[in-house]
Amino acid sequence: MSGLQLSRNELLRAYGLMKTIRMFEDRVSAEMASGDIPGNTHLYAGQEASAVGICMNLTETDRIASTHRGHGHCIAKGCDVDGMMAEIFGKETGICHGKGGSMHIADLSKGMLGANGIVGGSAPIACGAALSAQVQGLNQVSVAFSGDGAINQGTVAESMNLAQIWKLPVIFAVEDNGFGEATAKSFVVAGEIGNRAEALGMATAKVDGVDFFAVYDAAHEAIERARDGGGPTLLHIETPRYYGHFSGDPDNYRSAEEKAAMRRERDCLVRFRQYVGEVNLLDAAALDAVDREVEVVVDAAVVAARAAPQPALSALTTDVYVRYL
Amino acid sequence: MPQKSFRQALNEALHSEMGRDPNVIVLGEDIAGGAGASGQKDAWGGAFGVTKGLLGAFGPSRVRDTPISESAFIGAAAGAAMTGLRPVVEIMFVDFLGVCFDQIFNQAAKFRYMFGGRAVTPMVIRASYGAGSRSGSQHSQALYPLFTHIPGLKVVVPSSPYDAKGLLIQAIRDDDPVIFLENKILYDTMGEVPDGPYVVPFGEANIVREGGDATIVAFGRMVHFAMEAANRLASEGIDCTVLDPRTTSPLDEDTIIEMAEKTGRVVVVDEANPRCGMAADVSSIIAEKAFGALKAPVMKVTAPHTPVPYAPNLEAAYIPDASRIADAVRRAMSFSRT
Repeated sequence: MSGLQLSRNELLRAYGLMKTIRMFEDRVSAEMASGDIPGNTHLYAGQEASAVGICMNLTETDRIASTHRGHGHCIAKGCDVDGMMAEIFGKETGICHGKGGSMHIADLSKGMLGANGIVGGSAPIACGAALSAQVQGLNQVSVAFSGDGAINQGTVAESMNLAQIWKLPVIFAVEDNGFGEATAKSFVVAGEIGNRAEALGMATAKVDGVDFFAVYDAAHEAIERARDGGGPTLLHIETPRYYGHFSGDPDNYRSAEEKAAMRRERDCLVRFRQYVGEVNLLDAAALDAVDREVEVVVDAAVVAARAAPQPALSALTTDVYVRYL
Repeated sequence: MPQKSFRQALNEALHSEMGRDPNVIVLGEDIAGGAGASGQKDAWGGAFGVTKGLLGAFGPSRVRDTPISESAFIGAAAGAAMTGLRPVVEIMFVDFLGVCFDQIFNQAAKFRYMFGGRAVTPMVIRASYGAGSRSGSQHSQALYPLFTHIPGLKVVVPSSPYDAKGLLIQAIRDDDPVIFLENKILYDTMGEVPDGPYVVPFGEANIVREGGDATIVAFGRMVHFAMEAANRLASEGIDCTVLDPRTTSPLDEDTIIEMAEKTGRVVVVDEANPRCGMAADVSSIIAEKAFGALKAPVMKVTAPHTPVPYAPNLEAAYIPDASRIADAVRRAMSFSRT
């Protein structure tokens, strides 16, 4: 199925998710600057079409494993925005009760197996979730999101091989934003990313990550193949990273011209609005209404997070084990 | 009660739990052996024969020979544990966990805490450990202190066939990630093992021998040397308690303190290296919590701060033995602090 066949409500949901991610990240960036967020964050702005284009193809029982740049994946997979914002503020009402932070947001009940502070950490976990589905005979798939930097981690290479020999229902979604931290991909990645899959006999597709519909269609094909027992796929998704590696990164390794052109020419929200307008799928007024709703939701999340209590000190020593002594 | 080997006791535990719970799966390198080859299936049953027969009994979906990719399959086990399975992973030698530490201590050990108590990660990593088989520096270490250091992990070091079976069944039924370490020299040792399933709880030390003059706390294979030393000392009129904590995390501090207070003299025996090892840890616990009862300094008998050597005479000198343990007890007895 093509993304063009999505219903009006589904298209509005896709746009709303992408817009929520964008506004969430822009707001986190602003709140970081105010000094009220205790830790650090890695912002997903610019990459929204990737998370949403993929997750729109997943059911609630399908699973994803994410990265240090995980807010977008969390929102796309249905994590509660209030809980996420409170988590980033380190509050008791956070989705992990303030004990995880930005890099460890998870909601297993939504199939979101965690952002991950370790580059390449998602691939074995997603293989494990796919193994569960395979052993238990459940028709579920899992997605390992990673960046281009993770393609050089042994965990990813090992996991791709494991997935291919066991025909695991897993998708390796490599979000290639051109940078691993402050080093350009061209400096550290040998060859084409998709070639690493081809070497294993694994299906692969290169996708324009600014185009929601391109991502949706490629993901649809890969996910349904995996669901039907056809094994894994590597999706190489080229996408911009609007902010630096972390919020507060001066991002001085990219020229001002390059960054301005990126935001001007490679904006998945603008692209989506233009396209659905051109083909008369959605009108601007409906999209503007979504914009206003999302602004209210994100603003309310920040207000609630600021007002929420810190975790009780007793939480320091709980939930290390299910049961210890 | 039937006499069985340590190896057979472990094998029975795996058969029992795989039969009891369809979510228990076993992964590892050559845990069957012969996959994809022209000869015998289940050719090895694990590098030490512990998983023999599982493939035939439970089939290839639940008994999986893996590529030599420890990060992938230990990490996959963690992901599978988080999503409903109870994987038991075999690593031939605990030394090899060096290539996949991240999966153990950054991923599996921390899911529950990081995710605010919402994750459960019931997985077991079994591995052989220990010196004495002329296997050299990368196949002989006693690394349980490393894992003991990590919150979120439980660590098991059985010393007898009975404990091996009961502790492994407990490990598989446990809802937290467990590192289960089997001293490779013990696989052929014999002991009484019931035929049916039973559990030995974690965090409960076994008082192997009770005596009033000194307490020897020993881990894994060292329990056997401690018993040998205690028997020699008995003929000299020194009556020792031998305490086997069985798990290093959780550690039965209460029984250790109780015995330290009762005897006033303690020797801790650890096959691991001395710095930040179990001997150091137990010594510090006693120094802090039973200082007033001590009649002598706590003595440590450990491997030296070196890798495990290959040459048989050097390796023999590396491993603590009954003579060194007995000497340490005699030194403790020579103090007359009241």
